Amino acid sequence: MNATEITTKISNAANKLSIEKWDYGASFSNDYSVQVDKGAAKQLKASQKQVLTLRVWNKENLVGITTTSDLSETGIIKALEQAYLASEFGNKNEITDFSPLAKNPIQVKEIDKKSPLGIKKLLEILRRAEALLIESHKSIKSIPYNGLSESFYERIYANSDGALRNYSKSQAALYLYARAEEENKKPRSSGSVKLGYGVEDIDIESCIKEASKKTIAHLNYSAIKTSKYLICFSPEAFLTLINAFSSIFNARSIIDGVSLSSKSSIGELISIPALNIFDDGLNDKNISSAPFDGEGTPTKKLSLINKGKLENFLHSESTAKIFNTMPTGHAGLGSKVSVSPDWLVVERSNECKDLNMALDHKNYKGEFVYIEELNAIHAGVRASQGSFSLPFDGWLYKNGEKNSIESATVAGDIKYLLKNIINIEKKEELTTSGISPHVWINELSITGDE
Amino acid sequence: MVTSSINSAEIKFGECNRQLLEEVIFYGISLGADFVELFIENSDNSSVLAEEDFITSVSPSFGKGAGIRIFKDKRDGFVSTNDLSKHGLMRSISQAIEMLDISEKTNNSIFNGLSKLEDYSKSKNNWLKEVPTINEVSEKLLLSTKSLKKDNKVVVRKGSYSRNWQEVIIASSDGTYATDIRLHQTVGLNVIANDAQYRSNGSRRFGSHGMPNEFRIWDHEKAANEVYESSMNMLYADYVQAGQMPVVLANKFGGVIFHEACGHLLETTQIERGTTPFSDKLNKKIAHEAVTAIDEGISSGSFGSLSIDDEGMEPEKSILIKDGILKKFISDRAGELRTGHKRTGSGRRQNYSFAAASRMRNTYIDKGKYTKEDLINSISDGLYCKSMGGGSVGATGQFNFAVEEGYLIKDGKLTSPVKGATLIGEAKEVMPKISMCGNDLELAPGFCGSISGSVNVTVGQPHIKVDSITVGGR
Repeated sequence: MNATEITTKISNAANKLSIEKWDYGASFSNDYSVQVDKGAAKQLKASQKQVLTLRVWNKENLVGITTTSDLSETGIIKALEQAYLASEFGNKNEITDFSPLAKNPIQVKEIDKKSPLGIKKLLEILRRAEALLIESHKSIKSIPYNGLSESFYERIYANSDGALRNYSKSQAALYLYARAEEENKKPRSSGSVKLGYGVEDIDIESCIKEASKKTIAHLNYSAIKTSKYLICFSPEAFLTLINAFSSIFNARSIIDGVSLSSKSSIGELISIPALNIFDDGLNDKNISSAPFDGEGTPTKKLSLINKGKLENFLHSESTAKIFNTMPTGHAGLGSKVSVSPDWLVVERSNECKDLNMALDHKNYKGEFVYIEELNAIHAGVRASQGSFSLPFDGWLYKNGEKNSIESATVAGDIKYLLKNIINIEKKEELTTSGISPHVWINELSITGDE
Repeated sequence: MVTSSINSAEIKFGECNRQLLEEVIFYGISLGADFVELFIENSDNSSVLAEEDFITSVSPSFGKGAGIRIFKDKRDGFVSTNDLSKHGLMRSISQAIEMLDISEKTNNSIFNGLSKLEDYSKSKNNWLKEVPTINEVSEKLLLSTKSLKKDNKVVVRKGSYSRNWQEVIIASSDGTYATDIRLHQTVGLNVIANDAQYRSNGSRRFGSHGMPNEFRIWDHEKAANEVYESSMNMLYADYVQAGQMPVVLANKFGGVIFHEACGHLLETTQIERGTTPFSDKLNKKIAHEAVTAIDEGISSGSFGSLSIDDEGMEPEKSILIKDGILKKFISDRAGELRTGHKRTGSGRRQNYSFAAASRMRNTYIDKGKYTKEDLINSISDGLYCKSMGGGSVGATGQFNFAVEEGYLIKDGKLTSPVKGATLIGEAKEVMPKISMCGNDLELAPGFCGSISGSVNVTVGQPHIKVDSITVGGR
């Protein structure tokens, strides 16, 4: 079913039920994935999915919503009826409407259309990758978590006011998570993830090398003494942390009282002036980019922190109305519309004279803890309080030498952290969740086993 | 290929689908599959959110779909689809056959047709009609958020309700043919308290399975008092000082430590991956002799209970650890095939788009002989974890849990509240350190995310004492 067909089908059904105002988001996807276990195919998966989220407005202009996978005529009528019933309970204190930007032009990236490689080819590629990773070091005994997948999907947004937009794209992902063991030592595990528009875009060799290098590097580990340390966050770890506390920029969270910011926080200095953060969903490097959000608002680049000052919030249609501004393209369709960032870009601003540029993770000879990857975010972050206590993979550097750290956690407060950045390295690195340089923090608590 | 007089047929819930299912299964076997399983689902869900004194979201959802799994030797191929027509199901079978590269139509499997239908849904057909209406839910949620409004330090009050109704048909080439209806209801309360620079959260979740009336009789006042008190107790708490110390974990949701730290490592999927240190420890001591641990799917009304698992098997009560000795692993069909451990009725999945995997159900440490006070009195300097947040276990068995409500123990007495604590360790090292179990076993509902999606589970334990564990803090 294409975008016009499904829109016509919904429009006809709505007419039958005398529902005048509606909008919907739909997704159609075909996904294929493989996993292997020492050369043998383990689980091979394929799925065809269709999901329709439908909103209707009743005579009092209150909204109701339903989600369904049944796109038959009967299914669509049932969905409209259920949404209409739900609209009786629509939020009277926060009137939702169509996005005023739902008909504005969108930027759809021109990407070569990829074709499915098929399960057999995926399997062949993953088997080879697994074998090469196991062969790369005698201590690597298995690759317990691995997968190669390709996905082809179409997203649609339309409303009864004539907005209709869609895009289709493909995406592929390879992950290799190796487990290394040496006698009389605890097993160690690390890995690598690579994304592409298609499998042919994925640099498989670099994924293997990265997974091998990271896993082997952690073999010679030792416990770390519980104390406060100078910290260097890898680009990936810093982005993980900023994403975990993105309620700072989120207008929905502010309205709900679960953000550390308030409506009047725009313009406040919340970090050192050397920090800039953007949300840039349309960035060329963002494989998952989408040209519009769940309400049909075009995606755009938005400055969140500029020279340390909070510059913008992320908005849906209804939060923008409350804040007397325009939606920013970060809405997820729902009866209570969610708001979330797309793809963060962290950079050093030009007000960086106070940074300690001698701190360079490759050359600094003093003692510091390098945090490569933060784990268990869902358990260890209290976003509404600003605190975190997270296990991590990382190293203790001393006199230019590094030792892998046995299980340890880093704890702190996001407000303290942003104001105690002492260097933002110049080189920005691409990760799967955004772009960031290495970021140094004056002092954070580390709990170790020693 | 089998010809059919019902080419345009499709699965109809509440009706006999035997002929169609048999034709689809026979089709897979005739193409060379060793085993074919169909899991067909019809769902009807609803959720309601109350914030402060208003209903801010009502979200119904419904859908249908099928998960088709084929085994050839020890490999399996899984296809999911929303197309429940005979054509759609056969196309999915063909796709799975192609994925597994089955080119020879030879196998030793014989499909003798489906057995007599095991209808577990008989007494459950009215459940969907008996659950509270949206009006009833809304009224009660608003009463509960009102009950949280005890003083002006409470700045955020939320109540959420979720009802998941699922009708399933399970049919496979070993003759399994069963239908069931499942009903899960959960309600959660959350508050944020604020006073100047101090901020705290309080939250609790309650849940039931197969009890349409349960939400109506839920004691919202008692629940609201518990959540309010928890947030107030923690509002001015200092950060805990990190280090190694003895801890007492409270009953109910304290059982998440066993679920995460040990339970996952006893699932056969972990043996298959080679990621559990317990794979060769059957009938060997892996825990302190004070520990007996159980996983079962049969406790009446418990959130992780089942009439049948998602592979059509009735759940059993599995004693995983008896007096510290490992006695059993949690196994599903693929687990039995690949590891040799007998199925335990633990093949579970979030919905039709996931292949079933060995997953926990109601999992708990059994009660011991001590009182809570005995445990606390035995510690001169440690931590009491009254309420646990979420947790996770890494690829090499290391785990971590956030402590939502904690108190220092000094000279056998509870003293000041502390926040920001995280418990860190490895199952292999911690299990032998659970030295005392209380006599106050209680269960708590939760959701567990893993390889086959998010499933409803129960965690539980009496109060337990861990002699020493790493506590992360400031």
